[in-house]
Amino acid sequence: MKRDGATTRSAAARTGPAIVVDGLTKRFGERTAFADVTFDVAYGEVFGFLGPNGAGKTTTVRTLGTLLAPTSGNATVAGLPLTEANGVEIRRRIAVMPESPGLYLRLSVAENLEFFAGLYELDDRRARIERALRAVNLLDRASDPCRALSKGLRQRVGLARALLSDPEILFLDEPTSGLDPLAARDVHDLIDGMRRQGVTIFLTTHRLAEAEALCDRVGIMNTTLRTIGRPDELREQLFAKTLQIATRDPLTDPDAVFGGLPGVEGWHDGAAAAGGAAYVLTVTDAELAAPAVARAVVGAGADLLALSPSRHSLEDVYLQLIDEDVEARTR
Amino acid sequence: MNTTINPMSWTRIRALIRKEINDYRRNRFIAVTMAVLPVVFMISPVITIFKLPADAPASRIDTVVGLSLLYLMLIPALVPAVVASYAVVGEREQGTLEPVLTTPVRPAEFLVGKALAALLPTLLISYVMYGIFLGAVGAFAHENVVHDIFEAPRILAQLLFTPLLAGWSIWVGIAISTRSGDVRVAQQLSSFASLPPLAVAALVGFDVIKPTLTVALGLGLALLVIDVLAWRVVSVLFHRERLLTGGVKA
Repeated sequence: MKRDGATTRSAAARTGPAIVVDGLTKRFGERTAFADVTFDVAYGEVFGFLGPNGAGKTTTVRTLGTLLAPTSGNATVAGLPLTEANGVEIRRRIAVMPESPGLYLRLSVAENLEFFAGLYELDDRRARIERALRAVNLLDRASDPCRALSKGLRQRVGLARALLSDPEILFLDEPTSGLDPLAARDVHDLIDGMRRQGVTIFLTTHRLAEAEALCDRVGIMNTTLRTIGRPDELREQLFAKTLQIATRDPLTDPDAVFGGLPGVEGWHDGAAAAGGAAYVLTVTDAELAAPAVARAVVGAGADLLALSPSRHSLEDVYLQLIDEDVEARTR
Repeated sequence: MNTTINPMSWTRIRALIRKEINDYRRNRFIAVTMAVLPVVFMISPVITIFKLPADAPASRIDTVVGLSLLYLMLIPALVPAVVASYAVVGEREQGTLEPVLTTPVRPAEFLVGKALAALLPTLLISYVMYGIFLGAVGAFAHENVVHDIFEAPRILAQLLFTPLLAGWSIWVGIAISTRSGDVRVAQQLSSFASLPPLAVAALVGFDVIKPTLTVALGLGLALLVIDVLAWRVVSVLFHRERLLTGGVKA
């Protein structure tokens, strides 16, 4: 059966989530790769899957990509139940880029893509290959043998290969692993471009800044799924909202200044610069509290040097969760 | 167990064959093996036959002719063994197996594509070498030797056994390749494992089994059955999860 753009499932046909995972577990003998994982990913979403080495990220991708059979649990990928019988059809609808792009180094870039276009039984292969190479800015390197390309360029060829079949879901397993910052930025730009085109992306990474910049939602994995949500939601879940204040001199009566202000729940001393003073205020709503705090500090005759809401990065969230796991194991 | 037999996609099989042959051409080890081994196995018997004196007794001629044809049989036995043993473990070593297995390709298509990619050049090389051998012998050897070599059952046996011996070598090579973790080990094991069926060819070549039409067809049929069984065994061995994880981890 030939497959071309016309036979690809239209966007309208993509009802429901792109991926539904329900209590999925994978064991290799006595060892558990991941256990009781439940989440879903919507079409058009960029979903980040974070976790330390050995957390089960790659095994999850391989399982959802039909390479490994789950030990228990259910999943639906691109609208199809994850079963052996659906393997071929699921693989038609998805593309997986493993951590190592896995190119035939003796073959040219175009020959590599031609081979995979054949495996997907794609029509108008030449046009598709050209389009995929243009998308990753490699059209001028089509005839080069892959062994002549840098690691970053090979990664781009891997992305072009993944784009060939216009997949409904694109699984990217550590796409920037081992790349220098410039090459990594190129890959980020490409992923961002795909996101803007509405491609559903399942991105595993342990580069937290990457996940924060690219992903609509993230799941943090450490054999079990520790948490899931938008990066800002996770920050709010795990960390109290605070305002950080710096003044030239210590306030004479901070309790009197901060007490009773709208949105302020409490305060404690912060890390002050030499000669100055710093305070950390726990607030329910930073936008509500900040103007009142500023007025109160100035009203108390103090020189306000800085007033900023605290910024917890996704890295803080990640480290908090992983540290909890480490502590739990050592207890 | 899934008992549904799905039709194979020849588009995917063709893509595999084309890729494999492109890759062989640029793989120095495989290219040299494919180019040098057959020439050695063709030149050696030609020289032996040319050295036969005109008055050599018939038994001596039979032995030399048998040995020469056996040498030529080494081409379809050894050449595809080297190539086929690279089929799966080679992909795994260069990290290309996982991307291929994430495509819609079915195990049967993957195996048939790999097998045909090894078989087609082997047949071409083997028949060309046999043709050169016949041409050289026909042009320059003594008449009684020519008569012996051009006997119809011998020619039929050579033509028939070439793809069947290659088939055995290919399936054994791929089977070893699916189980092996190292290309060189796989190639060495495959080379050894490809040789047993040559014993049959040797018995025919040395006239232990008289090379009649019936014998040639009978042995050919037996080899064909063995080839089909080997394919079935290899199909069972080919399992995505085990190929990726080595059966122990992920």
